[in-house]
Amino acid sequence: MQKEYTISVFSEDMVGLLSRIVTVFTRRHINIESLVTSESSMKGIYRFIVVVTVNEAMVEHLVKQIEKQVDVLKAFHYENDEIVYQEVALYKVPTAIFLKGNHVETVVRAHNARILDIEEDYIVIEKTGHKSQTEALLRELEQIGIYEFTRSGRVAISKHHEPLNQYLKEVEAEVAQ
Amino acid sequence: MKVQHKADIAKNGQAAKSDKPLKTERIKGAEAVVKCLIAEGIKTIYGYPGGAIMPTYDAMYHYQDELQHILARHEQGAIHAAEGHARVTRETAACIATSGPGALNLATGIADAYLDSVPLVCITGQVFSGVLGTDAFQETDVIGCTMSITKWNYQITKPEEIPSVFAKAFYIANTGRPGPVVIDITKDAQNGLLDFHYEKMTNIRTYHPRLKAKKSALEKAAELINKAKKPFILAGHGIQIARAEKVFTAFIEKTGIPIGCTIHGLGTIPNDHKLHTGMLGMHGNYGPNIKTNECDVLIAIGMRFDDRVTGNLEKYAKQATVIHIEIDPSEVNKNVFAHVPIIADAKDALTQLLPMVKKRKHTKWLAEFRAADKIEYEKVIKRDCGPSPEGEIRMGQVMKEVSDQTKGQAIVATDVGQHQMIAARYYKYNTTNSWVSSGGAGTMGYGLPAAFGAKFADPKREVICVCGDGGFQMTIQELGLCAQWNVGVKILLLDNNFLGMVRQWQQLFFDRRYSSVELVNPNFVMIAEGFGVKAKEVSDPKKLKQAIKEMLAHDGPYLLHVRVEKEENVFPMVPSGAGIGDIRLE
Repeated sequence: MQKEYTISVFSEDMVGLLSRIVTVFTRRHINIESLVTSESSMKGIYRFIVVVTVNEAMVEHLVKQIEKQVDVLKAFHYENDEIVYQEVALYKVPTAIFLKGNHVETVVRAHNARILDIEEDYIVIEKTGHKSQTEALLRELEQIGIYEFTRSGRVAISKHHEPLNQYLKEVEAEVAQ
Repeated sequence: MKVQHKADIAKNGQAAKSDKPLKTERIKGAEAVVKCLIAEGIKTIYGYPGGAIMPTYDAMYHYQDELQHILARHEQGAIHAAEGHARVTRETAACIATSGPGALNLATGIADAYLDSVPLVCITGQVFSGVLGTDAFQETDVIGCTMSITKWNYQITKPEEIPSVFAKAFYIANTGRPGPVVIDITKDAQNGLLDFHYEKMTNIRTYHPRLKAKKSALEKAAELINKAKKPFILAGHGIQIARAEKVFTAFIEKTGIPIGCTIHGLGTIPNDHKLHTGMLGMHGNYGPNIKTNECDVLIAIGMRFDDRVTGNLEKYAKQATVIHIEIDPSEVNKNVFAHVPIIADAKDALTQLLPMVKKRKHTKWLAEFRAADKIEYEKVIKRDCGPSPEGEIRMGQVMKEVSDQTKGQAIVATDVGQHQMIAARYYKYNTTNSWVSSGGAGTMGYGLPAAFGAKFADPKREVICVCGDGGFQMTIQELGLCAQWNVGVKILLLDNNFLGMVRQWQQLFFDRRYSSVELVNPNFVMIAEGFGVKAKEVSDPKKLKQAIKEMLAHDGPYLLHVRVEKEENVFPMVPSGAGIGDIRLE
């Protein structure tokens, strides 16, 4: 059964590694729905968060193939209920729509969004949440009038204790042997 | 976790610890490349020069006594020669080419080495770092191009990166599951100066290849093996890579379990060993294929359940409990579910398992294999090993004859196609590290250069190169290599005027529509002689024995052009998409 999985990859910070990881997906004709790279809490170790919709056997296969890359420290995969995750969306709307009464402000408040930037001809609204939530605000703003919309990839943190620390301890013990 | 300095990022590993103060010498990057290779024990490098790698070729000029360069006639020839070298020595081999077309001509060989787990370090020149990305002359994104066919690759743009990157490359190439690595070096990194100091790498924090088998998994495996009524072992390339032939032999002799070999598992134990039942897969032997679907415990060691071995997975060993001993975790549960996965080096796993298993015999079960052998002998082997009714030589006959005359002691290097399957089937592999062939990639043109590399690396052994008339012409120019170095490769050219395997498929699955498979061939004897390689043609089955004798007696390279039956098919055969149980004998 196909499901949404979040894959979290810890790696060295090296040129070309992103390509290597992406190739794991593309050569199997799997669409990456979202991809975010950032530093991890450990200095020098990078983190990739990839969202895909595949079956369980495939996600396990993908994780092994990613871990096979020499400069990858470890990869984990999660179902949505095992992580806390967010996406950020930005909406650029005409300033004029705010001048027509409080309707827009009510919408922004109801969606727990905030106004990020106000210019003479446009206003930028920011909303953080799950895809369905940023999408819902988009639908409403579309009715009122919108110039531009963009959404980030997913950032996610596992609900369990960070398994990487445990893994690193095991590795250190192995190396020490 | 030790946090490393940013400057260490290229290496991200640890070198062997030493208390002595660092002694460095100020040299050019190009010279450092050569010194790294020598420090890693490389004595021969196969390659082809060109603009972007010229500084390194200049440095090699000064180190000819320590590092011998073999100039191939094409970069593909160079890398296959390196593969042949690595295959018979089980040590990392090196090859070198220039940027752009030079590097890309290596690509087929890199992919080949990746699929067949061959340890290679491939060095490619690159344009000056300042013009990277400007489509400079002979610039190609080699790192991008080789990403999915290398175990690791890296572009060096600064001379000071050279020692640590080479140390890392060599460590990666031949630890864990071996494979090819590519080091792309810009011309300015070769020209620039560095303070050179070399230390071998012993650890990379993101890479842990020396996995020890878990005790709990071994216990489970031992219990299954000790209780099994019809156990069967699949012996893969990983046993020879791990140099585990001895403990493997002890293991099977104690447990009495019959074994089938994958194509790269040929030679793991001698063919005439009482527990050897033949080769697995599409053109393998009848017994090991059908019995895979009858065994109760299937023990796969150092193999990856390639589709040419398994046929249709839905019909593969569904009845069996599978124990899979494999060093590469990504291969476990990839194609076949392992009830007991043992992620480990074959030698380590078997050494630990040996005292845990009981001494047993499986006489009745083994007899079932022998009964299958009889059927195969009557229906296939007897026919294959004699001439055709029209008096033509058959490929099986040639392989049997050369096997008898070399007592199964030679290295057999093959090209790809019908002759390859026949060489796998009818040569009696009695020693290990004797099979040099392109399995995973099926690279035509592999045979001749790989045979050269094998013979160059191990000159004492007889090396028979078995080629078809199609593949031979893909790298025929490497006859020049054999002639130049007087390397006594014995080439058996099995010529049926067809791309035989494709023709066989067209006959069986495309209603004999022979689409672009017939060849009008040159005079091969004349071509060989033109290169300075002695050659002879034979087409009479009665003269075959003598012709092979003459070939083997000749001191130096030799081509025996054997005209064989034109439309011969290789059987048994598991048709594409069929289960191994549906193997066809005719």
